[in-house]
Amino acid sequence: MTGSRIRLPKTKEQWKDLLIKNAIVIVILLIILFIIIREPAFLSGSVLRNILTQSAVRLILAFGVGGIIILQGTDLSLGRSVGFAAVIAGSMLQRADYASRFYPEMEALPLFVPLLAAIVVSAFFSAINGWVVAKFKIHPFLATLGMMITLYGILSIYFASGAPGPQPIGGFDTRYTEFVIGVTLGIPNLVIYAALVSVVVWVLWNKTTFGKNLYAVGGNPEAAKVSGVNVSKTIILVYIMAGVLYGIGGFLEAARIGSANNGTGFGYELDAIAACVVGGISFSGGIGKVSGAIAGVIMFTVISYGMTFIGMDQYYQYIIKGVIIVAAVALDAKKYIKKT
Amino acid sequence: MRVAEGYTPSATIFVYKGVLPVADILLSIKGVCKSFSGVQVLKDVHLEVRAGTVHSLMGENGAGKSTLMKCLFGIYRQDGGEFFLDGKPFNFTDPKHALENGVSMVHQELNQVTQRSIADNVWLGRYPKKGLFIDEKKMRADTLELFKRIDIHLDPDTPLHRLSVSQRQMVEIAKAISYDAKIIVLDEPTSSLTDNEVETLFRIIGVLKTQGVGVIYISHKMDEIFRISDYVTVLRDGTYIGTESIQNLSMEKVVNMMVGRDLEDRFPPKTNVPGAVHMTVRGVTTKYPPIVHDINFELRRGEILGIAGLVGAGRTELMESLFGVRTLASGEVLIDGKPIHNKNPNKAIGNHFAYLTEERRETGIYPMADITFNSTIANIEAYKNRLGFLVDAKLEKDADTQIKAMRIKTPSKRELIRSLSGGNQQKVIIGRWLLTNPDILLLDEPTRGIDVGAKYEIYQLIINLAKSGKSVIVVSSEMPELIGITNRILVMSNGYMAGIVDTETTSQTEIFHLAMKYLNNSREAEV
Repeated sequence: MTGSRIRLPKTKEQWKDLLIKNAIVIVILLIILFIIIREPAFLSGSVLRNILTQSAVRLILAFGVGGIIILQGTDLSLGRSVGFAAVIAGSMLQRADYASRFYPEMEALPLFVPLLAAIVVSAFFSAINGWVVAKFKIHPFLATLGMMITLYGILSIYFASGAPGPQPIGGFDTRYTEFVIGVTLGIPNLVIYAALVSVVVWVLWNKTTFGKNLYAVGGNPEAAKVSGVNVSKTIILVYIMAGVLYGIGGFLEAARIGSANNGTGFGYELDAIAACVVGGISFSGGIGKVSGAIAGVIMFTVISYGMTFIGMDQYYQYIIKGVIIVAAVALDAKKYIKKT
Repeated sequence: MRVAEGYTPSATIFVYKGVLPVADILLSIKGVCKSFSGVQVLKDVHLEVRAGTVHSLMGENGAGKSTLMKCLFGIYRQDGGEFFLDGKPFNFTDPKHALENGVSMVHQELNQVTQRSIADNVWLGRYPKKGLFIDEKKMRADTLELFKRIDIHLDPDTPLHRLSVSQRQMVEIAKAISYDAKIIVLDEPTSSLTDNEVETLFRIIGVLKTQGVGVIYISHKMDEIFRISDYVTVLRDGTYIGTESIQNLSMEKVVNMMVGRDLEDRFPPKTNVPGAVHMTVRGVTTKYPPIVHDINFELRRGEILGIAGLVGAGRTELMESLFGVRTLASGEVLIDGKPIHNKNPNKAIGNHFAYLTEERRETGIYPMADITFNSTIANIEAYKNRLGFLVDAKLEKDADTQIKAMRIKTPSKRELIRSLSGGNQQKVIIGRWLLTNPDILLLDEPTRGIDVGAKYEIYQLIINLAKSGKSVIVVSSEMPELIGITNRILVMSNGYMAGIVDTETTSQTEIFHLAMKYLNNSREAEV
């Protein structure tokens, strides 16, 4: 039958097919080529490092929402969840000598405690999303829209409850900032974390029952159900996994930016979802790869970094990104349209 | 796939008539009853399936076949009666439970995760594991082992969306076997298979029989039933009519058991009189597959022309070509001698065509809307006032007229269409098209899924329409229906037109032979 070997297309039709299937990648590569021609310095080690570093947190978040998209869902609460995790981690990891500490009396904590706190909080609210979607069959768009608004409220109350009142949380413990933005053996730590998370997610998606069930429920929930897959459990687990990744993302993001407030993370879901879609994780469910998410995130970062690099006006950048997202989805859909 | 292509049908091998293996009863269903809100849909139904036999379950739509199966698989709980598996009473809680006990069903609509591989689908819900991880190697090897048992050749890593319906069905059968199925229920398994694929399926059924599996075969197709069954059980209106071994049966007898009255009474008298030529179709060929080739016919005013053919013969595609759904590569259509071009359905409606689609639920009704909406939507432009707003009074008046004219049984025009029976839904949709004032009606399987009584009313309606001067084309899979209501029958075969016969002088045998004419895909060789 069909092997996994790559065969070069023979006929004109096949070429056309191949072009359409990969059109979005081709367009993005053309944009990158344009950037390189305009500014050859773009092809340097430091630029590559910057791009990978900037992609790291985005990638971790994209894996979270990517799993939910494979389930034919979406998650609008991603940004607020990341913000909450960032505020929690930040509030627990301020320097002892910093003037306006959130918890003035707090001892220096081991790093894993705030990390765990961030993960638990994000996973908890994400689990609620999953439970609502699974049990009440509410469309994920609406369930997570409600969560996004609710979380902003809870997050802001927590943010305002600190000793200095609602002020941006800064002055982080150097252990924390070093852990996140430091460099090990010439590789930025963030890139190492993103790589580790990629490996774990790849194993989970491809080598475990959880992963197989994720694709089965996303592809055809009814078939999964009659084959004995616990559909609700799978859905809730996927949301919890997303929450865990948002928690990690938030923890890293606060230190990466150097401060956190109740607006941190706002709108991140859109970047993450866009990257997934460009990377071929389909909204129709059951389809999506780790490599796709990585490609999607990196391509997106390359474009925005590159366009800034050649000095393009930010507003033009928005237009290009927006068009790319819609084009990606349209081309994805075109693969499935039959001519009559 | 090697099997289907290389296989040459040879009827003699697979005729099991008269060879009744002395075998144990695997499954027995005794006196099962089921009611829904006071309406009894199963009355004292019996069924016994022996190892290594094919037991056909027959009955018209609504006879209770699927309700019986749903009771068996635990989707419904029966009100009375018992199931015995290997002599022990049981009740399954859900299909998964049945599967684990060796009873499985291959549904007409295959329920699979098409994005994933064959192996993933076969082992879904019970993946073999090595420690924490899935044992992909074992999954693959076990799948191949299964395929060997039923002699099919597919790569377990192939994603299902690359397979044909027939191959996907085989995967489903393999999956059933992987649960050590003793009983396999095949629900209308040939409804979307080509004839070659049907042969492959029958071969696999033959293999299953030799391995002692009991097969419950649900189908409407007489020829298949007589080819592969050992026993036939007939249900009618939820009542158990009887079980016979196949050699004691004839088609006539089965039909009588199913229908309970003679064929003649099932159809109203044909009172329409075909007049002058209305539409001429010349050399119509579609551009994209599935292709219909070189269709030529004339339709007379007031005539009912039937379209016969097997599934996949291109009947629906022909209707779609006439209605502008499909792009034509060549050919022309003339109305009263003048060429027209139905570039899209809108143009077709403008040329006074109406098209009742085959899938009422999917492409016919708006289930969440009421009768008024459903009956007027195709003609909605006509209800605008001068400012461009819709006038409710006009809409409702027409809905009322339709309900009366079509004899739609409903408490009110505000009833949601999904709460009506299939027959009444069909009447609403026919009414919808009549409001557009069509001259040519294309009706694709107009009585599918409709009970016998309502069918008669639809037939009457069709004949009355023809009588009033409209020209009608009826596509149907039910041969008696075509013979019962049409004036002539065009027979399609494998995308080609195999011939047009006069209903008065033809026979089911002649139509059947025409339908088989181009099955080996070689029209040239035939000519």
